[in-house]
Formats: sequence, C-alpha cells, structure tokens
Amino acid sequence: MSTARQVLLLGAIALAIVGMCHGTWYAVFAEHQALDRIGESLADAFTLASERNVAQMPAALAAYRDAKYAHERQVDAHGHWIGLAMLLIALGMAFDRVALAEKQKLALAIGLLAGATLFPLAVLLQIFSHGSLPRVLTVASSGLMIAMLAITALGLSVKSSTFLRK
Amino acid sequence: MLLLGGIALILAGMIFGDIFAVFVLHQNAARVGAGLSAAAQAALAGDSSSVGAHFRDVGAFLENRGTKVDTHVHMIDFGYLALLLAILQPWVAFADKTKRGFGWMFLAGAWLLPVGVFFIHYVGLAYSPLRAIGWASIFADLGGGCVLLATAAYLVGLCIHFRSPVSVPDGLLELRTNAGQRLLAGGLVLVVLGFGHGAYYAATDLYRHEAQDYQILSRMVAGSASQDAVLVDAALAEYAELQGDKAVKIAAHAHIIEFGLLAMILAFFQPYVNLSEKWKLRWVVVLLAGSVLLPVCVLFELRFGLFAGGLADVGGLMVIVALVAMWSGIVRYTGRLDVGPEIAS
Repeated sequence: MSTARQVLLLGAIALAIVGMCHGTWYAVFAEHQALDRIGESLADAFTLASERNVAQMPAALAAYRDAKYAHERQVDAHGHWIGLAMLLIALGMAFDRVALAEKQKLALAIGLLAGATLFPLAVLLQIFSHGSLPRVLTVASSGLMIAMLAITALGLSVKSSTFLRK
Repeated sequence: MLLLGGIALILAGMIFGDIFAVFVLHQNAARVGAGLSAAAQAALAGDSSSVGAHFRDVGAFLENRGTKVDTHVHMIDFGYLALLLAILQPWVAFADKTKRGFGWMFLAGAWLLPVGVFFIHYVGLAYSPLRAIGWASIFADLGGGCVLLATAAYLVGLCIHFRSPVSVPDGLLELRTNAGQRLLAGGLVLVVLGFGHGAYYAATDLYRHEAQDYQILSRMVAGSASQDAVLVDAALAEYAELQGDKAVKIAAHAHIIEFGLLAMILAFFQPYVNLSEKWKLRWVVVLLAGSVLLPVCVLFELRFGLFAGGLADVGGLMVIVALVAMWSGIVRYTGRLDVGPEIAS
C-alpha cells in the first residue's frame, strides 16, 4: 500500500477519534451548561424588558449572543472533524486510482489531512479570539481543503473516464 | 456484520429523518415561534412571571427538536463510519474473533447513542445521580464511548498491519464496476458542490445571520420594554424568516455532502450487490438523482413552500429506496455465499 494512502487512512481515523473525543467531552462537560446559559440569558433579557429595566437588557442579550456563538462553533467543529475524516477515509480507499505520481499523491494526502485538521480547529479558535487570525485560518484551511479535493477529483476522473471508455 | 449493520443504521436514520421532517419539524418550529411570540407579548404587558413560563416551553420545544436532529445525524454518520470500517477490515491485523468483538461493540454503541439522545427529551433528569445530565444522556455517552473505543482499536489494528511486512491483497478495492465508478464520480461531484456551497454560505450568510439574530432579538426586547407592539410583531416576523433561511441553507449544505459521501462509500460495495448490471446502474441513477433533488428543493423551500418541501421528501425517498435495493442485493450476495462456494462461483 502506498505511503499516501497510509497517511490518509491512519490520519483520517485518528482525526475521527479526535472529533469523537471532542464531542464526548462537550456532551458530558459543557453542552448542557451551554444550552442552559443560552436559554437563561434570553429569558433574563425578556424578563428585564417586562420589568422595564432597560439598563440591564444589553448585558443579558450579549450573554445570550456569546453563549450561542460558542455553542454553535463547538458543534460545528465536532461535526466537521468527523465528517471530513470520513470523507478522507473514503478518498484514502480510492487514492490508488488517482492519476498522479506517488510524490504528488503524498503531498495531496498531507494537504487534505492538514485542511481537515485545521478547518475545525480554526472554527474552535474563533471562540477564544474574535480577531482576524482565526477567521483567516478558517478561510485558508477551507480553501486548501476544496483545492485538494478538486485535484483529487480531477486525478480520479482521468482514471475513471479511461475505465468507463473501456 | 459492519456492512449490513451500517446500511441498516443509515436506513433507520434516513427513515427517522423523513418522519421527523414530515410530522415534527414544521409543527415544532411553529410552536417555538408561538412560544417566543407569547414571551414577547408577556414582556410587552409587563407580566414577568409568564415570560419565564413561556421560555420554559420554548426550551422544551427546542430540546425536542435538537435531540431528534441529533438522533438522525448520529445514526446516519455511525452508519457511514461502519461501512468505511467494513472496507478496512482486511487490513486490521487482529484475529477474526477480536475484529467481530469490536464490530459488535461499535454497532452496540452506534445504536445506543442515538436511542439515548432520542430519549433525553422524555426522560429528563428523572432519578439521575447528576445535576445536569439525565440517564438518557448517560447511556448516550456510554454509546459514544463504545464507538470511540472500537474505532481506536481498529486504528491500532491498522497501524500494526502497516508496520508488518506481510501484504494483504485488497480484492474488494481492486474490483471495479461501471456502477461503482459512476457512484464514486457522482459522489465526489456532490461533495465538491457541497463544499462550494458551504464556503459561499460562510462568506455571505454566516456572520450576517449571527449579527441579525442578535439585532432582531434586541429590537424585540427593546420593543417589549417600550411597549411598542408594532416593533415587537415586526421583529417576531423577521426572526421567523431568519431562522427559516438559516435552517434551509445549513440543511442543504449538510445533505448534499452526506449523500455524496454515501455514494462514494457505496461505490466500493458494488461488487457485492447481487443484481444485474442494468439494475445496478438504475439504482445508481435513482440514488444520485435523489441526492441532488433533496438539497436543491430544501434550498428553495422558503420560496416555493410546500411544493419544494414535498419534492425534497421525494428526493429523500428515492435515496432510501435505492439504498434498500442495494442492501437487498448485498443480502442476496451473502445468501449466495451461505448456500455454497459452488453456486457463489
């Protein structure tokens, strides 16, 4: 089996395990609390509105926004890590059919794995930093992933079209 | 075992998703909207005790919806993972008995997690030893742990195999069929389209939606405090529209990629589908057509309403029917193996 295929298969399964560990940690230790925070802060904002306490309302709404922002990114990171890992396993199985040289395939496999690892990580980083760096990293890693996937598709289509013509 | 169990999980998850979409999703969204509206009206009237009660209702409706979506997603994703692990089995350097043991562990966990998640809404915190987590969540987490352990074990098995000099022929991956090639190519195109749509959504809508969510709720709360009923009603209508827009775009993105991945995985199993070439190709077309129809129609649901929603359900049904057909072809293949090698050959 080629090194590129090994990199993709082992890396992808490891990535799926990382995604599962993250999901399990989040479900056990953080999700229920996060959902409670989202609900409570929104309810607080409306309760304050009913009491005509205008001064306190923005703080309650900001707490709601922040809690929801963090929760959505945690769920997105979990889903994307596992989803991308499964895609990479499927691609890994078909990788010997990609019409490229071994060195190029290895570079492609590393690129795919890097994109699949970094994209959810960058989404997670957005919780801790609202600056531009995590957003730039998100765009760059998703761009890398799409570019690598397009090259893989092209490489596969060359061999597939040859096979289908036969 | 992993192959048939995986397809069964995917089918169960898809049928559950279809039932949920038809009978629960829209009704639940309407109740959430009504609950939020009632809370805003209570705040407008200065009735703070009712605000809390309405939000408890909204929380319950959202929990109901969230756990059903999680059940649907986890069942299907575990099914995909089971199929992928099934293909990798020849390379896992364990004895057959050990591999089967991990397979059972994986499937047990893959059923336990979604079933546990489904019951979270109904069991709640009854008799729970923990403050925030109920028994249903505990069992769901246990299921997740089983899947995690089994997957980690297979990873170890693969690592051992890759370190050993003994080469195992991967006959299944060497076999190529017309149906398999078309599924692989079609699946990859769907995944690329889904990625493109996701990138477009992230660039144009994601942050705008988040900002709008906060701004609309701020207007709703401010309108309630200033007893401006017109502002509250306008904000409520805007909020419902925003949630709908967000939901269809995310659902379209997720479904097109999931169906693409499913097509790619099924490509590897085509040599095991004991149907004629003509019928295999027909089911490939049905699966790919349904995989396009569902996300595209979901995307147009806000513009064309029930018509697009109905077509999306037809797309989902096409995928399910094609999957059942392929599953029955694989069952026929295993049946042929059971009858004897002479017939199988």
